Amino acid sequence: MQTQAVSGTAASAPRRRFWQRLNFEETLFGWLFITPAVLGFLLFHLGPVLASLVLSFTRYEIITPPRWIGLDNYQRLLSDDLWFKSVQVTLKYVILFVPSALVTAYAIALLMSRNIRGIALYRTIWYLPSVVPVVASAVIWRWGLNPEFGPINYPLKVLGLPAPRWLTDPDWIIPSIVFISLWGLGNTVLIFLAAITGVPRSLYEAAEVDGANSWARFRHITIPMTSSIIFYQLIVNVISSFQVFGVAYVLFVTQPSASSAGPDNAALFYVLYMFRNAFGYFRNGYASAMAWVLFVVIMLLTWLLFYSQKHWVYYETEGGGE
Amino acid sequence: MSAGSLSRRPARAPWPRFLGRAFTHLVLMGGGVLMLMPFFWLISSSLKAPYEIYVFPPKWIPDPPRWENYAEVFQVVPVFRYTLNTMIITFFATLGIVISSSMAAYSFARLRFKGRDLVFSIILSTVMLPFAATMIPVYILFTKLGWVGTFLPLIVPAWFGGPITIFLLRQFFRTIPMELEDAARIDGASRPRIFFTIILPLARPALTVVVVLAFLHNWNDFLAPLIYLQKRDLYTLALGLNALQYFEGGLDWTHYVMVMATFMVLPVVVVYFLAQRAFVEGIVLTGLKG
Repeated sequence: MQTQAVSGTAASAPRRRFWQRLNFEETLFGWLFITPAVLGFLLFHLGPVLASLVLSFTRYEIITPPRWIGLDNYQRLLSDDLWFKSVQVTLKYVILFVPSALVTAYAIALLMSRNIRGIALYRTIWYLPSVVPVVASAVIWRWGLNPEFGPINYPLKVLGLPAPRWLTDPDWIIPSIVFISLWGLGNTVLIFLAAITGVPRSLYEAAEVDGANSWARFRHITIPMTSSIIFYQLIVNVISSFQVFGVAYVLFVTQPSASSAGPDNAALFYVLYMFRNAFGYFRNGYASAMAWVLFVVIMLLTWLLFYSQKHWVYYETEGGGE
Repeated sequence: MSAGSLSRRPARAPWPRFLGRAFTHLVLMGGGVLMLMPFFWLISSSLKAPYEIYVFPPKWIPDPPRWENYAEVFQVVPVFRYTLNTMIITFFATLGIVISSSMAAYSFARLRFKGRDLVFSIILSTVMLPFAATMIPVYILFTKLGWVGTFLPLIVPAWFGGPITIFLLRQFFRTIPMELEDAARIDGASRPRIFFTIILPLARPALTVVVVLAFLHNWNDFLAPLIYLQKRDLYTLALGLNALQYFEGGLDWTHYVMVMATFMVLPVVVVYFLAQRAFVEGIVLTGLKG
């Protein structure tokens, strides 16, 4: 499962001396080979992030040159109801999606880690939806969730249960998008599965000798031994959930400048609203301010999670391979 | 697949174990059916007559299947054009990311020079950077270059490598024994020569993983094409599909939307099944570490 790190073994000591004589050549080609990647970092990551910070203090509508307006954009955010709406929508989604995705995926991965027949087939099937393009998945679910003719409401109606108006009832829109996203859960399952099957069996055997029951083994072996992956998946999922765009756009937006995103703007995700400001209304300065607020929030959250990990994430002292 | 991790427990009564297994199968199978249902629904709807889509209870098998839908969609939407556009972008972007990422990965994995690990971790840390934070300045940059409305903004950045691709290939390159390279060095082979004739051929499995992931990413991408390709004849399948459901989109066109969605999903599913092992490896590897 884990790639072995080969460099830095005891055998490399004499070799290191050999290389030192050729160090210039190694440095030259070393830098030469990473030049595109370094340029890419400067051109498409570092440069733009800084530029976006500067732009966020300007009024810039592409046609006219940017004009410095200080903190105006940030102040305007605070009196922008739609901005608050988009924050609300996004938080609601993150809070609903991240825990349900992680818990479900972990549970499924646990089941899949058992030595049962047909496991390869299960894995293949569960993973399949993850490769479906987001546009196609939105198109499929728009009809799948159709309250009148869709196959999801059919059994509900037959059983006499309340059949929600999934994509037209403002209260159900976020749960619907969570539901659609959960369809693509397979990749998280796979990563958890890899982590769970990677736990050394000897640990379980030792625990069994000590009389630990299956709950105790799960609680004191499986969870701690996979906590670094749980932690990593938590971060990845939080970061991506804050940036939901495609599904919401395909389901609710007809044009970049469309004035709403679903009934009562219930699908006005943060990035959607930012996109509309930038590419619908060409308010590049304002949209940059939005981008920076998002960036800072994500950074803070990531930092908080990293900070929290020493309380609950277990790392093997030898582990990691780095 | 390695064997299941939970060890056998001989002292256990047989009944709970049987029940446990039955439960596992039940959940995985039930969930599996739920996972597959939308695919079935998609294909079934793509073969329906317009009115059949609006019947209750929903019809799972169209009767008779309208195969004509698949021919007619070409008259309604320039599917060929969209497919060609998507293929051009996917091909050149994938080529670019594989070439420049593998060069960088080779350097990060096997060449020793000052600052190497620092640069690597800085580049890797951009995985955490939200795309929203860079979207607008990059757009402005491409506007100034006059590239908006061409494929260039979707292709050129790939030629500067991607952090995840670099990470994946670096992990793999590190597993190739150094002795191979040392021997070639002593024989007088240059660095680029070693890279092209020894490292790359040996890295074929890892390159497959990277190609598959890059293919999927570009084929499925929606946001970047949406921003940069504003003219209809430049549309990718994703844009065409999105436009179809609104633009022409009256109620009667849903079956064409489904046909087009099938066109878009099918290659992805085929690639998934062909490259499944490579694919799974890639997911597991990229998932373990950012």
